[in-house]
This record gives sequence, structure tokens and C-alpha cells, in this order.
Amino acid sequence: MSDTTMTARFVPNRLNSRASRILRSWESLLLVVAVGIFVLNSFASPYFLNAWNLSDATYNFTEKGMIAFAMALLIISGEIDLSVASIIALASTAMGLAVQYGAGTPELVVIGLTVGLLCGAFNAIFVTVLGLPSIVVTIGTMSLFRGISYIILGDGAYGGYPDSFAWFGQGYIYWVFTAEIGIFAVIAVIYGVVLHKTNFGRAVYAIGNNSTGALFSGIRVQRVKFILFLLTGLMSGVAAICLTSRLGSTRPSIATGMELNVVTMVVLGGINILGGSGSIPGVVIAAFVMGLVTFGLGLLNVPGIVMSIFIGLLLIGVIALPRLWTMLAAKRRSA
Amino acid sequence: MTESAMPVVSMDAITKTFPGVKALDAVQLDLYAGQVTALVGENGAGKSTTVKILTGIYYPDGGTIRIDGEPVTFSNANAAADAGITAIHQETVLFDELSVAENIFIGHAPRTRWGLIDKVEMQRGASKLLQSIGATFHPSTRLRDLGIANKHLVAIARALSVDARVVIMDEPTAALSHKEIEELYELIETLKAQGKAILFISHKFDEIFRIADRYTVFRDGAFVGAGFIADTDQDALIKLMVGRTVDHIFPERTPNVAEDVLQVVGYAHPTEFADINFTLKRGEILGFYGLVGAGRSEFMQSLFGITKPSKGVCKINGRIRIIRSPADAVANGIVYVPEDRGKQGAIMGLPIFQNVTLPSLGRTSKSGFLRLAEEFKLARQYSERLDLRAASLDQDVGNLSGGNQQKVVIAKWLATQPQVIIMDEPTKGIDIGSKAAVHEFMAELAAQGLSVIMVSSEIPEVIGMSDRVIVMRDGRIEAELQGDDLSPETLVRHAAGISDTQMEEA
Repeated sequence: MSDTTMTARFVPNRLNSRASRILRSWESLLLVVAVGIFVLNSFASPYFLNAWNLSDATYNFTEKGMIAFAMALLIISGEIDLSVASIIALASTAMGLAVQYGAGTPELVVIGLTVGLLCGAFNAIFVTVLGLPSIVVTIGTMSLFRGISYIILGDGAYGGYPDSFAWFGQGYIYWVFTAEIGIFAVIAVIYGVVLHKTNFGRAVYAIGNNSTGALFSGIRVQRVKFILFLLTGLMSGVAAICLTSRLGSTRPSIATGMELNVVTMVVLGGINILGGSGSIPGVVIAAFVMGLVTFGLGLLNVPGIVMSIFIGLLLIGVIALPRLWTMLAAKRRSA
Repeated sequence: MTESAMPVVSMDAITKTFPGVKALDAVQLDLYAGQVTALVGENGAGKSTTVKILTGIYYPDGGTIRIDGEPVTFSNANAAADAGITAIHQETVLFDELSVAENIFIGHAPRTRWGLIDKVEMQRGASKLLQSIGATFHPSTRLRDLGIANKHLVAIARALSVDARVVIMDEPTAALSHKEIEELYELIETLKAQGKAILFISHKFDEIFRIADRYTVFRDGAFVGAGFIADTDQDALIKLMVGRTVDHIFPERTPNVAEDVLQVVGYAHPTEFADINFTLKRGEILGFYGLVGAGRSEFMQSLFGITKPSKGVCKINGRIRIIRSPADAVANGIVYVPEDRGKQGAIMGLPIFQNVTLPSLGRTSKSGFLRLAEEFKLARQYSERLDLRAASLDQDVGNLSGGNQQKVVIAKWLATQPQVIIMDEPTKGIDIGSKAAVHEFMAELAAQGLSVIMVSSEIPEVIGMSDRVIVMRDGRIEAELQGDDLSPETLVRHAAGISDTQMEEA
């Protein structure tokens, strides 16, 4: 025993320094893109560099971002939840219904979060207990959850939310900083710590890289996935509270199509859509990039349809860029 | 059946090397028209590699393949099929959702003059083929509606549809019932009468003596003998198969076994195994030998909590423990080094240190928060102990060699300080150097009081390392051997189900 220890070669902990790892990361590239868009915008419109305008612009990404963090963990683990926007609809409808029976702000918050959790649990049971593919299950629940909202509300709308409830979507914490950006920041920190600094986060990465291997390493794979679906449901509940509060009313069409924005944000943030890699800082920067692009184009009076074209091009461009780069480099080497 | 007849196919001095392993070393194999040649050898003797070379899946590193005396090279599987060589594999690739006729003709379906598939012609061709081999089902039947034996017939019909001259049957009887095997024999006789050369691979001696005309024996990737079945007997074949030169020295061990650590009572599974009873002592190396498919891995995985046993009790240090998941097994001190290293062992994409610490995070972390310094310390301790060769502990496990990946997997489990370590084919596919290191290490672990269960299909490894060997066959324990009873011949006999009395009669 002792002689094998002595003859063993020394294997260093790491080869690359921390600085070089950060410089070469996806997040750095994304940060350069974000700064570039910021600079471009400030030249393009005289109204861009205004604290209150920028503050308004954060609403473009805060609600989506809250869900994106939970979605990021889910996608890293190799699953996906496409029902998040429909969970918002159902949670918002439940809150609107409760208002009709005289519920106050605390009750509304509890109801919003509970509906989110229940929807998450519903997805989780189908995926982890019955072993169905999450993309199919959540496409199903995407229709199911929103369908329930339509049955309850029809063409109508719920309104009459209490005044104190408006704080979540319209209030300010300090100066130009909205309540939503505050909630966004707190959630970002929590998820960043959970994913990068805890055993749970390590398990998420292990499952995403090789779920069989993780199971064979004693990780409770299904339990971890169950929790991730619960968290995604819960975050959809939080987003439902903020969005409902901001709009002041509930229609069954609320947040339609938001799930694709959330997934776009996650993928733009460098999360591998096949699972296994990515980081929370990446998603934070991606949220800002998407918010800045939407806001900048809005100032230039670009219609919404064109905006989604831009977002689509941005996503494909940013993802294709590194691949193109390596292909070009390989070509130059072989030439 | 004259000696002077020219072989249809002849493999001459074929060599194939994989990183670190010489799978085939200048082997010789001849197949004759209208005759069945049995290819005999232990697991790992190079039979499957031979089949893959003959069917154009692998390209040999050296040597010549001749067809009718003319040297040929197969650049891909289609080239081999065009040359008239076709294989029915252990698990032949067929398509459940397609019809029988489509399965038979996939890739070479008859075409109409518009270039579309000529369904009428295809049905007609399929009917004819099925009739010729005595199959009674209709060509338009969907494959998934057929039983295993009939699927085999489809595979054979498919092999015949390409007008094969050489038919390779790799363990064709593995999943068949007695009656179905008899039907297969009849079919083989038909094929012989049609002048096809047949390569028959089987572990079962009764089958070989029943159907084969010639035999060729491989051992550890080398050719050791060939001849007519009529001129040999079981004993001689077994000797050829297992008799070996000592090319690897196993560590000296003085077994120092003490009290029982693990007791398994009546473990059973609906399909894979039944009636598994044994005890494992502290500091013991217990070998599990058997043919592929004997249920050894399946049993080990159920002991590790991957699959649920339908019956049975597992006692650790005399106490009954219920193991429902690998996490439970690890908590109870049972760990498992799987055979399928790439899928079940190492987690490619994660760095070495994270692989090592994955099941031990509870110890390296503090209230659920990671402590990287502690992780590196633990990973360093065990990777040095195993003499891991890597650029850094932060390196992706996927970039390591097979032997070093195996070391990472073993390090991962030792770091949990287990009581029982189950190693499933621990040295399969790793280079000789790492092999010796793993053996050395196994002996060391046992000496330190760890109990080792070693599942292995390599006879020298089983004999060289084990204090005691359990032989499994068809999901049951066939024999428990130790001391003088433990010899290559007894292992092979029990694994193949040849009883001693039968041998005496023969």
C-alpha cells in the first residue's frame, strides 16, 4: 500500500487558472454581447440612457427570468417543462377567483404559490413515477392547465385585486429598482447558490450528464427530478403573482407563449438543451440581453413580430458562433 | 466431406488490436461448403470479433480473408453481404414495427420500374423463403406479433434472401425452447444440403456435437486447434478451450477470512434468477463464474438496489437490511463496480474529482454545501492509492483510458468506505498493466478486511483471484467450488451444465 502511494505520480488539482477558465467561458462571450447591445442601443435612441426608462425595461425579462432559473436546473438535469406559461394562467385564474370571494393579499400569494406547486407536482408524478418523457407530459399539461382557465373564465376577466397586491408588479424597493427586479435578483442568488454550491446542484449536473451513472452512484435520481419540477411550478407561481399584480387583471390568455421565451432565455444563457452543463450567471446575462434587445427595438418602434424575429436570430447566431469559429479554425489549420 | 476440398471462406493470420488489447492474434478459420464449423472458446476468446470481421463491421489490422481462394477486403458491412456472407447475431437487428416481408427484404427490396418497392414481388419472395425453411406464418405479419423462435426464422430468411453462401449463427439457440432448437437443427440440415457453409458459435457442447462437422478453437484471441468433430470428444475440446500458458501472475494471497458480513437468502426474480443463497465473509474474495446470460449481473444489480427482487432477504452483519435503491445499498456499505463502465460507472462530462466524490458528498460537504478543498483532498487520496494517470483531477473522465476510468470508478466506491464491493467484470477491456494493478488492489482490499464479490468470465482471473467460486447457470447457483475442486475444467462443466456422471458415461 505505502509503496504505491510513494510511486504514484503527482496529479495536479487543476491545470487552468481560474482567470483563464472565466475568460474562455460562454458567460464572458455573452457579457460582451450584452455590453455591445447596450452601447448600440444608447446610440440608436436618445431615450435609452434614462434610469426610469431602463427601470421599465426590466419588466421585459423579470417574470420570465424567475422561471428561467428553475427551468435552467430542469434542463441541466435532462428534463423540460413546457407548461410554465399555462401554470401562470391557472395560478392567476385561481387568484382572480379567490378575489371574488374576498381574499386579501396574503391569501392570494399563498394561493398563487400553492397552485404553482400543485401543477409542478402533477407534472412530476407523470415524469418521475410513471417514467414518461417530460416533453410529452408538459405539452399535455400546457393545454390542460390553460384549458381549465378557459373553462372557468371563458371570455371574461377577473379584476378587483386589492391595492396592496399591486406592490409585486408595480412597486419599487428603492429609487428606480422595482419589486420585480428585487425578487428576480433574490431568486437568481438562491438558484446560483443551489446549483453551484450545494450537493443538490452537483446531483443535478451528474443526472444531466448520465442519469444511469448517477443512479448507479447512489443518487436518488427520481427524487431530485421531482423536486426540480416542484421548483419550476413554484417559480411559475411567483411569476403568476408578479404578472397578475402588474396587469391588475386575469384573462385566460395571460402569458401565452411565454414558455418559449423562457426556454430561449435558458438556452441563450449557455445551458445545454441536451442537459449536463450551463450556469446561472449565464442565464442572468441572457435575461438582460433579451430585455435590452426587446426594449431597444421597442424604442425604435419596431413591431412585436419583427422583435421576435430578432430574438430568434440572436439565439441562433449566438449558439452558432462558437461552432462556426471552431470550424473556421479547423479549416485554416488543415489548409 | 473430403479433406482436400477448398474452403469457401478462409481467414488467414487475421489480427485485430483494440487500444491496449490484442483481440485476435493471427487466427486461422476455414469454412467449407455444405458443412457446419463450430467456433469454440471462452468468453473473450475472440469469437465475436471474428464474426464482426467476417461481416465487415471491423477491419482487420493484419492477415487475409480469402473467398474461393481469392483475397478480398470488406470495407463495410454491405461489401461482406455482397460477397455472400451473412450473420444471424445473438440479438439480430430486426424491426418490430415492420412486416415479416419488409424485414426480410429491407435494404434490398425488389423495385418496380418506377423505383418504388414492388410489394407484390416482395410478398411472393418472402413466402417462398419462409416456405423453404418451414415457417408457417404469413409474410405480412407484423414482426412484433411473433415469438422469439419465429423471429429467428425471419432472421434466417433474411440471411437467405441475400443469396448467402456463408451463414454465421452466433449463439442461435440461446433464447429457444427444446422443440424450437430441434427445428433449428432441421433447418441447419436443409442449409447444409443447399451447400451453404455454416459457422456455428455456441457454448453448449451437446449442440456442437449434435450439429457440427468441424470445430475450430480460439483461446485468448489465438488459434489453438481445429479438426473434425468425429475425431474428438468433449474432454479434448474443453482442454483446448481452457488449457493455457501462464502469462499473468496473480498476487499471492493468504486468505484471512473471519466472520460473515453478507448473507443472501432465497433471492429470486421473476425472469432473471432464482434461489440464490450464499454467505460472504470478511476479507474474502468470492468469484461468480458463469456463461454470459447466466444471471450474474442481474442478481448483483438487484443486490445493489437497481432492480427489485421478487423474494429474498439480505442480511448485513447479521441484520436484515432492505435495499430499495443504490442509495440504500451504499448507505449499508454495499457498492457495485458495473461492467458497463461508460454508461453505469463513470459519468462522462464530469471531472475526475466530482466522479470520485459523488457518493461521498455527504462527508465532504457541510450542511449540504460543497467544500471543494475537501473534495480534492478525498479524490487525491484515492486516486493516488490507485495510481491514477491523468493530467489533472479537473480533467473530464471521458478523456481517460478504459483502465483509468475503471480506477476512477473503484476510487469512487472506496471513498465511501464500503464493507462489500461487487466488481462486475472488473478487468474487461482494459490493458494488461491496469489489469495487474486492479488484481493487486483487489488482493490488498481483501487483506484489509473488505469483502469482494468478483463477477468474471475470465477463467484465469476467477481461479487466480477467488478464495471460493460460485458458478451460476440459467439464473441459479449450479455449484460452489473451492480448493482442489476449483479447476478450469470444473468451472466450464458446471457453467455449461455438463454433470460429472454424464462425462463418465461419455
